[in-house]
Amino acid sequence: MSTVIKVENLSKQYRLGSIGTGTLTHDVQRWWANMRGKEDPFLKIGDENQRDGKGGSDYVWSLKDINFDVQQGEVLGIIGKNGAGKSTLLKLLTKVTAPTTGSVKIRGRVASLLEVGTGFHPELTGRENIFLNGAILGMTKQEVKNKFDEIVDFSGIEKYIDTPVKRYSSGMYVRLAFAVAAHLEPEILIIDEVLAVGDAEFQKKCLGKMKAIGKEGRTILFVSHNIQAIESLCDRVILLNNGLKLPEISKKETIKLYIDNSLSATIKESKQGVRENIEHGKRARINNIQIKPSFAWQENVKLSFEIEKIDTIIEDIEFGVGIDSISGVRICTFESKESYSLNDANKMTFEVIFNQPTLVPGNYLVSIGVRSLAQTLDFLEFVHEFTINEINQDGKHFGFTLGESSGYIDTNVEVITKKD
Amino acid sequence: MKSNNLSSEEQEQWTEIIEPGKSLFALDLASVWRYRDLLMLFVKRDFISTYKQTILGPLWFFIAPIFTTITFTIIFGRVAQISTEGIPPVLFYMSGIIGWNYFSTCLTNTSTTFRDNAGIFGKVYFPRLIIPLSTIITNLIKFSIQFLMFIGFWLFFIYKDASITPNSYILLTPLLIVLMAGLGLGFGMIISSFTTKYKDLVFLLQFGVQLLMYATPIIYPLSTIPEKYKWIIIANPMTSVIETFRYAFLGSGTFNLSHLIYSLGFMIILLFLGIVIFNKTEKTFIDTV
Repeated sequence: MSTVIKVENLSKQYRLGSIGTGTLTHDVQRWWANMRGKEDPFLKIGDENQRDGKGGSDYVWSLKDINFDVQQGEVLGIIGKNGAGKSTLLKLLTKVTAPTTGSVKIRGRVASLLEVGTGFHPELTGRENIFLNGAILGMTKQEVKNKFDEIVDFSGIEKYIDTPVKRYSSGMYVRLAFAVAAHLEPEILIIDEVLAVGDAEFQKKCLGKMKAIGKEGRTILFVSHNIQAIESLCDRVILLNNGLKLPEISKKETIKLYIDNSLSATIKESKQGVRENIEHGKRARINNIQIKPSFAWQENVKLSFEIEKIDTIIEDIEFGVGIDSISGVRICTFESKESYSLNDANKMTFEVIFNQPTLVPGNYLVSIGVRSLAQTLDFLEFVHEFTINEINQDGKHFGFTLGESSGYIDTNVEVITKKD
Repeated sequence: MKSNNLSSEEQEQWTEIIEPGKSLFALDLASVWRYRDLLMLFVKRDFISTYKQTILGPLWFFIAPIFTTITFTIIFGRVAQISTEGIPPVLFYMSGIIGWNYFSTCLTNTSTTFRDNAGIFGKVYFPRLIIPLSTIITNLIKFSIQFLMFIGFWLFFIYKDASITPNSYILLTPLLIVLMAGLGLGFGMIISSFTTKYKDLVFLLQFGVQLLMYATPIIYPLSTIPEKYKWIIIANPMTSVIETFRYAFLGSGTFNLSHLIYSLGFMIILLFLGIVIFNKTEKTFIDTV
């Protein structure tokens, strides 16, 4: 095995705020320093890349002193919160923008897939776009020609191949675009979260294709929020946090660290949902809803929230919690079985535990409502999203035996077997 | 670290080294050549997409210069009565217009390279020079069609009228085309690079091209300009290109070798500057565009 990518002290600095007359002063200062052979005065400053914190400087290090090697044939996953610097790293690796300091050394032909269908022109036909997109991604005309039939076959839109792509449905568009990308044959493939688009079937197809590419011994760099995909595809995982690379530990530990990290981040002060009815939240408010963003399959789904009293006396408080599918279909509800009084306190915290919920892996939404004597006091619809992962705490995978859709409820069933 | 085991010889076999980019003159023509298929596909794309869903299609290539010629003939020839040195006004204006159009479309189209392609440039790398080059080629095709149209009119007038005296300077036509393309490309790349961060030049360009046209002998022969102001017109590198073109095909105006060499030198310096600035800009423009 040999090193195909070597990243050394890679850093990237960005300027915050808008560009105007003010930035010209900095440009002039920088140019003047440059002319005298001095160092860029703005390289010394800069905050670390933290979105929510208030920075003192106009400059921010989106990436700071990143070092790592990638061996040939390795599938490297890069994870991190939004704004951790993942996309910046990919942009540097793919030469879309230049680093501020440091270097990247690459051996072999690189193809990058930061977006599906880059450069598709709506007026051109599917056929013309295959050639154009292929060439943009670095293929020669001859290579595209050789693979043309395969690409069309993979996309499954043969009938529309001579129709301008502006007439395509978005699904057809994505299929065609991915088909081109899937038939690239670079030595190093760099992929951003392209899996975020498209339906489940498309995502599976992408993952399958990527697995196949990985098996052929080609090097892949893969950035994603999709932990399952990272887990099943990658040999090694790098975790970025605020533009810094965390020390490398085993893949399993890295993923765990990431999940815990993102939990602590999102479980913080929950964002207030938008109240559609202005009467809601006047007498009492639902505050501080906390729920983990993802649960293992078969894990108890736990959430907590506060009811804060604004009125002087509120009695007979009842609440309900609803779980909806991502498409807004109510899956199950819980209505409180007793009523509570808030006369002697200002707020009351509730912890609701769905014991062994039988939800099928997927994404779900939570809604919470509070009422008193048939009057709705507050109602927050779809305030939080959570994921049920495909793996349970014992490491067992949920099996999609029945194909793509398994509904929403994985019911508790007793199975009696008998062998003859 | 596994890489430490590698011999130093192997360490040097990197196919690519990405660094903050200090060298100004690292013009990577090899990679432009490697992406030549993409260049031609961009040309095809621009060509096809421009006239898709039009009824007249490529006929618009003829319509625009013909109407401009008619307008100029009426306004400047008949109303303002500006001399055309005995040349049929249609030929006089058309010869200027098609050349000027090639230069000005090259200039305006390449000047928006970075802004117009920020979407693609932000997602994938290919030599950025491909885009302005494809613009030059697309416009060259348009120019060639218009040039053929001009030749048609030219032959017709030669058949009818003996006042046209074409001469062997016609052989200079390829050089003139290179000059127009080079000047347009050079100016365009510089403006394109300067407008990624500060967009002020965009406004200058909007009326600048139009003003520059009046400083070029398109609607008047160079000979009608008073000696006092002539140097302004001659300082414009497009002047000798248009003058030479007219002299070669129509026999009017003058041919001045030193003026032509001035334009050539101007173009070489401009193109060199343009490429240097463009190269420097392409590395990080996506952060500021």
